[in-house]
This record gives sequence, structure tokens and C-alpha cells, in this order.
Amino acid sequence: MKSGRNQRIMLRQTMDKSMKNLFFLATMFALLVLGILIYQVVTQGASWLDWQFLSGKLSLNPERAGILGVIVGTVLLMVVVGPVTMILGVCTAIYLEEYAKKSKLRNFIQVNISNLAGVPSVIFGLLGLAVFSRMFNLGSSILAGGLTMSLLVLPIVVVASQEAIRAVPQYLREASYGMGATKWQTVRRVVLPAALPGILTGFILSLSRAIGETAPLVVLGIPVLIMPIPNSLMSDFTALPIQIYYWTLDAVLVQEYANLAAATIIVLLVILFAMNSLAIFIRNKYQKRY
Amino acid sequence: MDKHISVREQIQQNIARRKKRPFKLEKVAPVSLFIAALISVLTTVGIVLSLVFDAAMFFKQVPFWEFFGSTNLSPLSHTDPKFGILPLINGTIITSLIAMCVAIPIGLTSAIYLSEYASARVRKIVKPLMEVVAGIPTIVYGFFAYSFVTPLLTHIIPSLGAKNALSPGIVMGIMIIPLVTSLSEDAMSSVPNSMREGALALGSTKLEMTFKVIIPAALSGIIASFVLAVSRAIGETMIVTIASGSSKNFTFDITQSMQTMTAYIVEFTSGDAGSGTIGYYSLYAVGLTLFVFTLIMNLVAGYISRKFREGY
Repeated sequence: MKSGRNQRIMLRQTMDKSMKNLFFLATMFALLVLGILIYQVVTQGASWLDWQFLSGKLSLNPERAGILGVIVGTVLLMVVVGPVTMILGVCTAIYLEEYAKKSKLRNFIQVNISNLAGVPSVIFGLLGLAVFSRMFNLGSSILAGGLTMSLLVLPIVVVASQEAIRAVPQYLREASYGMGATKWQTVRRVVLPAALPGILTGFILSLSRAIGETAPLVVLGIPVLIMPIPNSLMSDFTALPIQIYYWTLDAVLVQEYANLAAATIIVLLVILFAMNSLAIFIRNKYQKRY
Repeated sequence: MDKHISVREQIQQNIARRKKRPFKLEKVAPVSLFIAALISVLTTVGIVLSLVFDAAMFFKQVPFWEFFGSTNLSPLSHTDPKFGILPLINGTIITSLIAMCVAIPIGLTSAIYLSEYASARVRKIVKPLMEVVAGIPTIVYGFFAYSFVTPLLTHIIPSLGAKNALSPGIVMGIMIIPLVTSLSEDAMSSVPNSMREGALALGSTKLEMTFKVIIPAALSGIIASFVLAVSRAIGETMIVTIASGSSKNFTFDITQSMQTMTAYIVEFTSGDAGSGTIGYYSLYAVGLTLFVFTLIMNLVAGYISRKFREGY
């Protein structure tokens, strides 16, 4: 009887241990795939990644193709997305956290923002096509793409800024009021500086989301032609993810295009990695815990 | 006495000065902040209006029941274009199902490991790496599915098409693992330690504790994470566009190409130029269907996690 019970305990313990290993393997699976993905892209694209590729113009000939115009397109896109998201996002967050009373309206705006975060990006493309391209006649310009993208990443900045503002302790505000400051003075000179690291982190993360997002831009109808380097916010353009998309599609026709796509992916991933590192750096270095 | 007067004067001066400028700012600031906050509401209104209006234009030309009841989709035919959405819904559901078969078991077990078994050190390394997996742009996963996973699977299934539903489904699942993991882990971590200690004190192993105490207690959050994962899979665009192709056949064969709703929108858009044609309006009809699908999923997820949350 006693040995039987011991055996059952042994069995339960072995079960526990082996399942633990299984759980560990499952956790490693996603990371393993990440490793394979990066290895695969680097081995395929690294040899194509040279100065000529980074500084040249687009070309049908894979040997001569360069992505300078594509990089400029992405940078100009961020010139639009950055300020628009930052201003709209931070203002929305300040309103919701500091000014809005606990009302149905505040609740409605909040629910609305979290639902917007769940809308597929391709739907934002359709919105941009109907509103910015057609109604405001912006076509498939950088401005149209940037505004569409701003609306897409807005919830990220709003939520991050809200959290940062909420983390500023109440006694800082009370001290500011006690010194005779008005509400707006308190918000601008006390709350915002204290919340800045958190806001910046969210801002950078939203930009890195915008840099990698493809579907809305494709829906806006970015032309497939060989694009000249864009010179204003109203010019048509192509951006890194779009170029990856078209080169991957056309790899059926010219096999080297797949390698060009891989090389472009390396550029994109390096930019994203740099931005995310910056975000983590800001978070660790400047974020105060109250 | 002199001093006293000067302080009073000072105060009066200060009040006078304050009334000039900051007072105005005090009034302007809340209004302009409110306007900024309204932009997000306007975005939602804009999405709904543009989808509904252009979809209405579509349904003027194509009857409602043909759109939702027909498996015949041939929008490019010059003589007799057909717009049945069923092949697209079918493709969307099948690729999402494949993704869930990958994301739910692996995501949940990862969450169990991270929340119940892993040491603080392992967690500190694994969680940021999981965020990297979630942060890779979907276009990169699309490239990966098409140029690596599909050829790899061809070794196992020789009849696999160059474009098929299986490979993007799997890759989409991998992309969604971090979402399931982080949300489920949050739900499990918020189960109070007293319950763990109670279960362990009664003699259960960690495994039994996890399955008989922690998971039931965190179930609402876990289910909500599954529903959100489905919603992500339905809305995912670039992976399926690249790796699943554009076949509009109504088929259940996952080794062959099938098109999802998102991929249809990306394939048939030609920007501003196509404006006014029935093909252009069909994008919005498909978009509206997609929007309703994901909205329902998101609302259900919110409802589950609110309604069935165990309060501690």
C-alpha cells in the first residue's frame, strides 16, 4: 500500500518535471523561429548590402538597384507621422488624464481609442483612401500616407502617454497648486516634464510601428513604377516595407529581387532595432519611480 | 507700514498680470486639448462612414444576397464580373484557424512557463525577446513564409503549391504567440500568491496547481487573449497577401492558394485612380465585412475579460 502511494507521488513528480521541460521548449520555439528568420534574411541579403545599394537609385536591373529614394521616402513619411502623432497623442492623453471629468464622454473616448487599436491596418488604408486621397485630393503623396499612418499609430502614443501622466504622483501637482500655479502651468511645467520619458518611449515605439507598416500604404495605391527620389511632401513615394513587398512579389520574374528584398529587410530591421534600443535606453535611464 | 502697502500693491499687480495672459491660456488649453481628443472619435466616425457609404454604392449594383451567398468571385471579368465574398471569408477563416492551432497551444504553454516556472532571470531575458518577435513587421514575416517556410514544407508535402494557405497560417501563428503569451501571463500573474500557496500546501505539484487552480482562476483573461488573437489573425494582411496568393476558388484544400479579405483589398486597390468603379466600391464592401468581424471579436474579448473576471 505504502509503496503504491510512493509510486503515485513519483509519477506526479515526474509528470511535473517533464511538463516543465515541455513548457520551456514551447517558450523557446518562438525565439528559435526568430533566430532562423534573422539568420535566413542575413545570409540571403548581406552580400547585396553595400554602399552602392544604400546610395543608388531604384532600377529594374538588380545589380544596379539602390534604395536611397526608398530610405528618403521612409524618412519623409516619419517627418509627417512624428509631429502629428506626438501633438495629437499627447494632447489627447493630457485631456483624458488631467482635464476630463469622470463622465460618459471621457469613458466613450477611452473605449473608442482602445477599439481603434484593434482595427486592422488595412482598414486604415481604406479610410486614408476615402478621406485623404479622394476628399482632400492628396493622391498617394507622402502627406496622405503620413496622415493615414498617424491615425493608425495614434492609440499607441495616447495609451503610453496616459500611463506616463498617471504615474506622476499627486503630491507634485498639489505642491504646484500650493505655490499658486494654475492648472495649465502645473500641467506644462510639472506634469509633462515628469512624464516625458514615458511619453518619448511610447512615441518611439509608435514610430517604429509606422516604419514597418505596409498594408495602409499599399491600399493608398503607391505606384509600382521605378520612383524618382521624392523631393517634397506632395510627391509620390515608396517606403522600405513597400519596396520589400514589390520585390518579394516580383521575385517570380527575376530571382535576384528576393535577395534585394532580403537586403532591404536588413536595413529595415537595423533601423527598428536602433529605435527600440533607444526607447529602452530612455526608459531605463530617465524614468523615475516615484 | 510702507512695506505692507507694497505687498498689497504687489499682489494686485500680480492679479492684474495674471488676468492678462495665463488666464486666457487657462481657458484655451482645455478646449484645444478636447479638440485633439475628438480626433480619435472622428477617426472612428470616418472609418464607419467611409466604409458604409462606399459599401452602399456597391450594394446598389450588386444585391446583398449575392455578395454574402455566392461562392463565385471573379471581379476582373469584363463581361460578367461576380462578387461573392464567401471564398474570401473561407480563406480568412482557414488561415486564421491554422494560425490559432500554432498560437494558442504554444502561446499558452509559454505563458504557463513564464508565469509559474521561470526564474526572474529567465523572465527578464525572454520577455523582451518575445517583444522583438511581436515587433517584427508583418511584411518581413510574409517574406519569411514565402521564401523559407513554404520551400521547407514542400519537403514534407510535395504537392504544396508555391502559394498556399498552410505556410502563412503557421507563420501568422508564430507572429501571434507573443500576444497570447503576454496577455495570458498577465492574467495568471494577477492570481494572488495565497492561492498558489494553498494549493502547494495541500500537496499538489506545480503542474496540478497550474491546471486546477491558476488556469481556472485566470480563465477569463486567457480566453480573452485567444479571442484577441483570432481578431489579429483575421485582420493580418501582408503575410497572407504574399504567401497565400490570390486564388479566388472556394476550396478547403490548405495546400493550395486561397485569398483572404485583407489580401483582396490589397490586391485590388489601385488607389485614387479606380475611384467610382464597382471594383473600387467592392473594396469597401469587403472592408466593412472585415471591420465588423474584428469589431465583434474585440468587443467579445472585452466583454469576457470584464464579465467573468474573478475579483480578489
